[in-house]
Amino acid sequence: MTSALIIEQLLNGLQFGVMLFLMAAGLTLVFGVMGLINLAHGSLYMVGAFACAAVASYTGSFWLGVVASLAASAAAGALVEVTVIRRLYNRDHLDQVLATFALILIFSEGTRYLFGSFPLFLNVPDMLAGPISLPGGLQYPLYRFAIIVVGALVAFGLYLLISRTRLGIRIRAGESDRAMIAALGIDIRLLYTIVFALGAALAGLAGALVGAIQSVQVGMGEPVLILAFVVIVIGGIGSIKGALVGAVLVGVVDTLGRFLLPQFFQLFMDNAQATSIGSALASMSIYILMALVLVVKPKGLFPANG
Amino acid sequence: MVRLSKENGLNCVLALALLAAPFVATALDEPFYITLATRVAILAIAGVGLNLALGLGGLVSFGHAAFFGLGGYAAGILASHALNYEPILSSPFELNGTTQMLVIWFVALLVSGLAALLIGFFSLRTSGVYFIMITLAFAQMIYYFAISWPAYGGEDGLSIYVRNVLPGVNTMDPISFFMIAFVLLMLVILFSSMIKNSRFGAALQAARQNDERLATVGIHPFGIRLTTFVISAMITALSGALFADLNRFVSPDMLAWHMSGEIMVFVILGGVGRLFGPVVGAALFILIESVFGGISEYWMFYLGLVLLGVVLYARGGVIGFLAGKEKHD
Repeated sequence: MTSALIIEQLLNGLQFGVMLFLMAAGLTLVFGVMGLINLAHGSLYMVGAFACAAVASYTGSFWLGVVASLAASAAAGALVEVTVIRRLYNRDHLDQVLATFALILIFSEGTRYLFGSFPLFLNVPDMLAGPISLPGGLQYPLYRFAIIVVGALVAFGLYLLISRTRLGIRIRAGESDRAMIAALGIDIRLLYTIVFALGAALAGLAGALVGAIQSVQVGMGEPVLILAFVVIVIGGIGSIKGALVGAVLVGVVDTLGRFLLPQFFQLFMDNAQATSIGSALASMSIYILMALVLVVKPKGLFPANG
Repeated sequence: MVRLSKENGLNCVLALALLAAPFVATALDEPFYITLATRVAILAIAGVGLNLALGLGGLVSFGHAAFFGLGGYAAGILASHALNYEPILSSPFELNGTTQMLVIWFVALLVSGLAALLIGFFSLRTSGVYFIMITLAFAQMIYYFAISWPAYGGEDGLSIYVRNVLPGVNTMDPISFFMIAFVLLMLVILFSSMIKNSRFGAALQAARQNDERLATVGIHPFGIRLTTFVISAMITALSGALFADLNRFVSPDMLAWHMSGEIMVFVILGGVGRLFGPVVGAALFILIESVFGGISEYWMFYLGLVLLGVVLYARGGVIGFLAGKEKHD
């Protein structure tokens, strides 16, 4: 086990975390502003991945695919918000869970109907194929490195959007007092649709970017959705900063756990047993992390609104 | 005390209809419908379990698949050890598997109760949307553990070659097995109605409505909620053990979050907090599955539409629609 290997795993963890952040940011924004828990967020991720794969294979351009994924998921998000989600803001969380669970079934089966059950494949664009040499002589896949950069840029862009623009001011005002900003003459319904579509577009972007590493298939959004929930519970629901910290924490702990735990158990067990115990524990590690965080801070690391 | 309200009348009709279903199926020579009725009865038990936490306690647990699956794995693991003549534990003392349903049920209740105590202890520190996500996350933790732990089949699951036994009953006979599930269903419904009408149930419903006020009169909501969560989990685990025996197969699918969603769907379709709500909900679910499943392989699409319609426009579920609003007296 060399330090280069550990750094590579750390970068993998960071890349995974950044991807989780794209998912978690939308989820936490929607919860913070509208008070809505949206299980169908994973479906928007899937929509983005399918749109990217379909357009990329039709036009041959990955970049057009990414544009299509942003457009398709934002449009799907806006459509769902106007037809269904809008009716759920004043309902309790149970109704929100069930209605968005119903949306998952509709999205998944609809996608299966359109694209079939076989996974689609999306190739890494030529420009980003191959490795990149990092300082210290480490070779790392350029595409994964690009995901980290994109994630960092999106995080910075979101920070600017929320803290520097008029839309950001309205979003923050909506978080603290929605009745008040409606009284100030701001079209709150439009604001909600925009926020929802923005979150959807981020999820779609995550789906498109990950689609080139994994296969694009129905149901791909659900494991990621649940990890994104873990992320925002750790970070504090409603907080973008919490989502970023939580996402990186979860990404790194999960990746390093899968890598290190089996090796750790090999120190005092035979190989097969160590691998099975290590990987079983590794798959539980982030949930244990979440439980620990909640013992110390029941509202997450960075609770929104105090 | 039984009052002759519209809902009680409806409940009697529902119980009799479910009881009659396998006999009608036998008369029509359609034995497959006996299995469907058995599935309704078993899944309804899981719904009754969740309904206790969700309907009475207002605890929106999105992780009841964990307990359903633990019950299933209790049945699967004990039976596989007994059938292969391998002791579960050889040192410090020998512990053997069993095919006795009574022992399996006891183990399922015990294991799920302990798991619920632990999960509830952490989850109930939070409320609202946090509670939903945390129960979901704990269930996922057990799910991934089951997938990556190879001893009991991992992702492929575990087959039970012969259905487990209950003294005096031929469990391989479909109608007898249905009767086991039906009697247990009636017992858990009776039990949850006793809870609902007890002092404990009153405190629980008060905790749902206003926990600060409950705390002011000197009752600590946490203990009440934790007890309810544990009982609710145990009932769901019983259902899981029966479900494993029905299919003679256990797999991580029983632990998957889709299962948590489905159990919740039974409760909602029937009517939240209604005694027989889960029975109607499970029946409706199986009906949609077998009717639309026969027409289209995309039947979940239609299930989604029905569910969306019920949530948006018919909040009382089927029982609310048929029997009207719940009476408080």
